[in-house]
Amino acid sequence: MAATQTQQVVEVGYGGNERLMMNMGPQHPSSHGVFRMILTLEGETVVAVDAVIGYLHRCHEKLGESLTYVQYPSIASKTDYVAAMTAELAYVAAVEKIAKIDVPRRAQYLRVIVAELQRIASHCLWLGTWCLDMGGALGGGATVFLYCIREREMVLDRFEELTGARLLYGFHQTGGTRYDMPAGWDKKVRETVDFIEKRLDEYEAMLEDNTFFRVRTQGVGVISREVAEAVGVSGPLIRGSGVAYDVRRAEPYSSYGDFDFVVPVETAGDCYARYRVRMVEFRQSIRIVRQALDGLPEGPISSRPAVKSVAQVRVPKGEGYTRIEGARGEIGCYIVSDGGPKPYRLKWRGASFSNLAVLPHIVPGHKVADVVAIMGSVDPVFGEVDR
Amino acid sequence: MTSVTLPPVAWHAIEAFIVLNVLLGLVAYVTLLERKFAARMQSRIGPYYVGRPHGWLQPIADALKLMMKEDIVPTTSDRAVYNLAPIVFLVPCLLIFATIPFAPALGVADLNIGVLFFLAVSSLEIVGLFMGGWGSNNKYALLSAMRAVNQIISYDLPFIFAALVPVVLAGSMQMSAIVTAQHGLWFVAYPVIGQLAFVAFLVATLAAENRVPFDILEAESELVAGFRVEYSGMKFALIQLAEYAHMLGTSFLGALLFLGGWLGPGPAALGPFWLLLKAMVIFLLVTWVRWSFVRIRVDQILAISWKLLMPATLLLLLATGLVVATRGAGGG
Amino acid sequence: MTAADARARIQERFGVDAVADGGLAVTLPRDRWPEFARFAHDELGCRYFNWLSAVDWKDQGFEVLCRVENLDTSLVVTMRTRLAAGETRCPSLTPLYRGANWMERECYDMFGIVFEGHPDLRRILLSDDWEGYPLRKDYAVDTPLAPYR
Repeated sequence: MAATQTQQVVEVGYGGNERLMMNMGPQHPSSHGVFRMILTLEGETVVAVDAVIGYLHRCHEKLGESLTYVQYPSIASKTDYVAAMTAELAYVAAVEKIAKIDVPRRAQYLRVIVAELQRIASHCLWLGTWCLDMGGALGGGATVFLYCIREREMVLDRFEELTGARLLYGFHQTGGTRYDMPAGWDKKVRETVDFIEKRLDEYEAMLEDNTFFRVRTQGVGVISREVAEAVGVSGPLIRGSGVAYDVRRAEPYSSYGDFDFVVPVETAGDCYARYRVRMVEFRQSIRIVRQALDGLPEGPISSRPAVKSVAQVRVPKGEGYTRIEGARGEIGCYIVSDGGPKPYRLKWRGASFSNLAVLPHIVPGHKVADVVAIMGSVDPVFGEVDR
Repeated sequence: MTSVTLPPVAWHAIEAFIVLNVLLGLVAYVTLLERKFAARMQSRIGPYYVGRPHGWLQPIADALKLMMKEDIVPTTSDRAVYNLAPIVFLVPCLLIFATIPFAPALGVADLNIGVLFFLAVSSLEIVGLFMGGWGSNNKYALLSAMRAVNQIISYDLPFIFAALVPVVLAGSMQMSAIVTAQHGLWFVAYPVIGQLAFVAFLVATLAAENRVPFDILEAESELVAGFRVEYSGMKFALIQLAEYAHMLGTSFLGALLFLGGWLGPGPAALGPFWLLLKAMVIFLLVTWVRWSFVRIRVDQILAISWKLLMPATLLLLLATGLVVATRGAGGG
Repeated sequence: MTAADARARIQERFGVDAVADGGLAVTLPRDRWPEFARFAHDELGCRYFNWLSAVDWKDQGFEVLCRVENLDTSLVVTMRTRLAAGETRCPSLTPLYRGANWMERECYDMFGIVFEGHPDLRRILLSDDWEGYPLRKDYAVDTPLAPYR
């Protein structure tokens, strides 16, 4: 195309179609951060995708090796900055597991409450941006986006009341939580989830009853169970492909065993199935929040004294992998400790990284417009992909 | 009024000048209307600070801003085509107003083939669109231009068929005659046929104006901004102007063909007001759809046109012909 | 299949004792790495590929780890293999698990471990002209930055 390019490779297929290489990203309205897809197009149809990631790489694993167990949690939240509560929790839970540190029940319940509120906030952002991808910044998508942001803001307000921060919290610490809830907070949380629950009905009415939304999502971006497992996707993606896999159920952590909730499963594997799964998860999260608030025990919020020095937490020699269910799927930390105040090796298993890896397997054969719909339904957060 | 002895050409020129300027002002304020309307739908306020109350100076500020912006021409573009495209796009969009009468005998030219002229000229905009997409030498723009050609070819026919229904009912292609024929019964209220034709007209309008859910050529989530991705400054402003002028023109056409034009209660001097009001109703209907739907895919758009809208409007036109023929036979 | 069954079968087939630690951890020689992966995939039903990574044990060489799961029976198998000191080659699991593609690329990117049989072994997170492998222990954090290009 461009005269500045020295060579333009044009493959002519047997159908007489010329292939066009198109760059989508890293600066692109629907790249959800900084993501680059090199699409090979035949007309409007995508025949090949090369995904280029790493634009947001900060080498979190190296940082984890050079910061102590006390310092790192505040940075851990920057891996998945859209769901910072769960990202922090993943690291802290891994440290607790290797060091065999107990967590008081009140802290466990508080962790569940914030993790589920975070899931609600994260799904709100997902729904909004996904509709923005399909409907455009100057269209119906923007309307849903603004509605969702409005609801997400309410959850962020609750977090602000709890921790003083809106996006990156520093709420969890080894052995418990850093803050207890302020007076009257539980009432406000109840009001917030009641309100959001009502609004969910509105979204569903606006989207599911809309034929255009259905034709854009049903049968688009089908991930078969085989592909889902081989690639290792998790969270709503694998549940949308017919596997009832949820870490909260498979390996309950933070007293998730105490709560009654449903793991939604859809079998179609398309964008619509993933949408349905997340819509049910919204409601299940609200259910869990209510149960946790009802049963919130009294007691200390941390089994360890307040942090006074950066090398306060020492972990005996050993290693272990701990996982939790984040908003986007399984977040895990593999930590190798040599007995010092810093981990010898920290491996992040980012849910978005594995989820995004499915794109090259499902995108070819779709139209250009579907690429952004599929991409949005995967819900990647590039802080977590690139780490 | 014609007591001033001017040659007819000069008289038309003056009229055209007035209509053009009123129109440009109207287009500017239509954008404000849309923004405020959309803002209300999205529980926002919309433009507010530029000209209180409620940002009534916003369109002027926007125009000034766009005029002062740097005009960027990509080095690899086809300069002549790239520079010409906004003008080629704008001219047909303004030309359609030539045949629109705002009241009896108030308009630039009430041609006896008015509707035909409108339909023919309004579909010329595709040339400008394609020139813009091609001349930018940008892959997004190129894809958008391809889509534009596909879509406009597909939707012009249903658009024309739907617009022809009132023409058949009125038995004339002259806008004023069509309005006159709606004395007593607006065509939108004509049993069955009128409503169907109006709905088809609205859908085809959405597509012809490239509005959500049919805005695949703008499609900012995949094609960034489509054919206008490389345009900036005043050229961008001209494209925006053309789009809104086209939208406004189509709204006027709808008001004239289906909603009884300037007919309404009160003295005849209120005619232009009624016409404007009806055009705004159509405009807001289109806007309402725009801000509540998601965009559909190019293949689905083509399928809707060729498999549903085309045959449906064709049948409707046929039915209208039959109705008119039997009515004529019955002495009505 | 329970973890105990799987453990017995691994013992019988590969002659190694799996360590039960919230799952089964199996340490293998490098040569049997793909063979064991095939066994886990086909016979233990571990079709879910969770993650693959490595640890740099300095002068004792690299250790490559891979976690696969059977989601139906909640069987977790962590495969580990130790590469000899100075050795950077390891057989690839990508032909078996598609998810290994990006994980192995990341591992190559960070540790310089070359996965033999990988279809597309390029750097994934770092830029293509990056020098060195950051997660190696001998990659000093205070290495002067390459001049800005």
